[in-house]
Amino acid sequence: MLTRKTQPIRSAVRSIWRRTQTLLLVYYAYMLEYRAELLLWVLSGTLPLILMGVWVKASQQGEFGLSPQDFVRYFLAVFLVRQFSVVWVIWEFEREIVEGKLSFRLLQPLDPGWHHLASHFAERFARLPFAILLVGFFFFLYPQAFWLPTIPQLLLTLVATFLAFILRFIMQYTFAMLAFWIERASAIEQFWFLFYLFLSGLIAPLEMFPPLVRQVVEWTPFPYMIHFPASLLVGLPVNLGQSFAIMLGWIAIFFGLNRWLWRRGLKQYSGMGA
Amino acid sequence: MGIINVNQLTKIYPVAVKEPGLKGTLNHFFRRTYRSVTAVREVSFQIEPGEVVGFLGPNGAGKTTTLKMLTGLIHPSGGHIDVAGYTPFRRERDFLQKITLVMGQKQQLIWDLPTLDSLRINAAVYGISERDYRQQVGELIEMLSLQDKLNQPVRKLSLGERMKAELLAALIHRPSVLFLDEPTLGLDVNAQVSVREFLQEYNRRYQATVLLTSHYMADITTLCERVLMIHQGQLIYDGSLNGLLDRFAPCREITVELGEARSPAELQIYGELASVDGRVAHFIVRQEALTRTIARLLAELDVVDMTVTEPPIEEVIGQVFQAGWVS
Repeated sequence: MLTRKTQPIRSAVRSIWRRTQTLLLVYYAYMLEYRAELLLWVLSGTLPLILMGVWVKASQQGEFGLSPQDFVRYFLAVFLVRQFSVVWVIWEFEREIVEGKLSFRLLQPLDPGWHHLASHFAERFARLPFAILLVGFFFFLYPQAFWLPTIPQLLLTLVATFLAFILRFIMQYTFAMLAFWIERASAIEQFWFLFYLFLSGLIAPLEMFPPLVRQVVEWTPFPYMIHFPASLLVGLPVNLGQSFAIMLGWIAIFFGLNRWLWRRGLKQYSGMGA
Repeated sequence: MGIINVNQLTKIYPVAVKEPGLKGTLNHFFRRTYRSVTAVREVSFQIEPGEVVGFLGPNGAGKTTTLKMLTGLIHPSGGHIDVAGYTPFRRERDFLQKITLVMGQKQQLIWDLPTLDSLRINAAVYGISERDYRQQVGELIEMLSLQDKLNQPVRKLSLGERMKAELLAALIHRPSVLFLDEPTLGLDVNAQVSVREFLQEYNRRYQATVLLTSHYMADITTLCERVLMIHQGQLIYDGSLNGLLDRFAPCREITVELGEARSPAELQIYGELASVDGRVAHFIVRQEALTRTIARLLAELDVVDMTVTEPPIEEVIGQVFQAGWVS
């Protein structure tokens, strides 16, 4: 009786595992096809390292609450978190809609979102060696900045970075849904990116914000995409429970919105060019 | 009840209208106007399991829109569709397992990776077991003569090989209803023939139902006994290929070679005389008068040779579309 009940569950789990594994492996192979491009993408994410220089210089001349060393580590952590939370799904999805390529995905019994998620996730692994090399090179040039986070710190950072990626992904994928109505949905992302740039802690740590502004910003999804995981990695004080709760809350909100727009959008879809 | 049942199917698209010039552009930006275009209008038909049906019509007639509605890609504006017992636009898992759509001008394979990688994804997505995957791919490779090609990146394949690989990817889950939109588009004659042969074999082996659009008449004449003809969104013909000729081209041409030359005046009494060239005369005769005319010609004239020809089907269909005949 028990085996008869567990049989379908086991086969469902096996099927999900096989799908996940295949999607990740194939998309990993796909990402590795573009070696030079991958390296250039990693290098294009070095904005935090430039900002690091600016903030270190500034902190040597004024009082900011963080030491030059803190700034170095913070921006290095920002660089790493950003490497693993880069998302481009809106451009891909927009192209699929405009060129009608979504049609092929819709013909298959798997939500197209999984393809995008898998290709993003697989790309993280393709990027990993380059990012580690770059950080290693940085420590070689600037050994006094070197630090070793504790194991719990590292694990929490991993979880927070993964959630940061999911949050950023689901947010952008939700805006991507608007491509069903307006063919240039990426314009919304460009506008939204402005808020992301300033409020996520990418340009300046949240510690630099006036207290009231910081309090407000902490209820938005932005700081959880960069500042929170980066702070965990370098050991800056964070409100762990509240941060994870807000993060999960925003993921849930965007997920709900995403599915709602998806269902409405499909009614709108005309399979252009296909 | 067929495997595909379409009743009063209608699709209306809103299309933004823009006047040329700067004024038109500014108007288009601030006050966008739309007009409704009816791509498919009250189309009804039924297809039985195992049938291969050709779907004919000029560009923009509504063929692809109909296929998109049948596969559940777009929602109909009106009417009812039932494919294999499912309502397509609900896109239920079991429905998607049963159908496929191949589009000659679009590709689903990942361009930079070998076909095998795309096949692996499809196998996982459709939940095909490793054993079934091997067997199915093996069978299809053999039917498509694609040995040694699946390890090459898709971009390195020729157009014909790519189309075959597309077919392989689209059929890996062994669907029973195939929707094919221009599957031989742009292929050379040999590749066209092998795709056709493959489709014939697939239909025979798995009793699959096929609805196929093509601008190459050879696809239709080789594969389909029945055709649906659509023009400006409306179904204007549903029946056999021969019936299409009878309906839209009720005349045949009789060419006779006579023992000695006759004047046109002498020949005109037998039927509409198209031309006379020495001892050879061409008559255009309505089909119902064909037997009678032939009998009379043979009885009354010294006939050395005689041929009866049907007008080429491309020509007939071209004339139908040009005239915009609606039944």
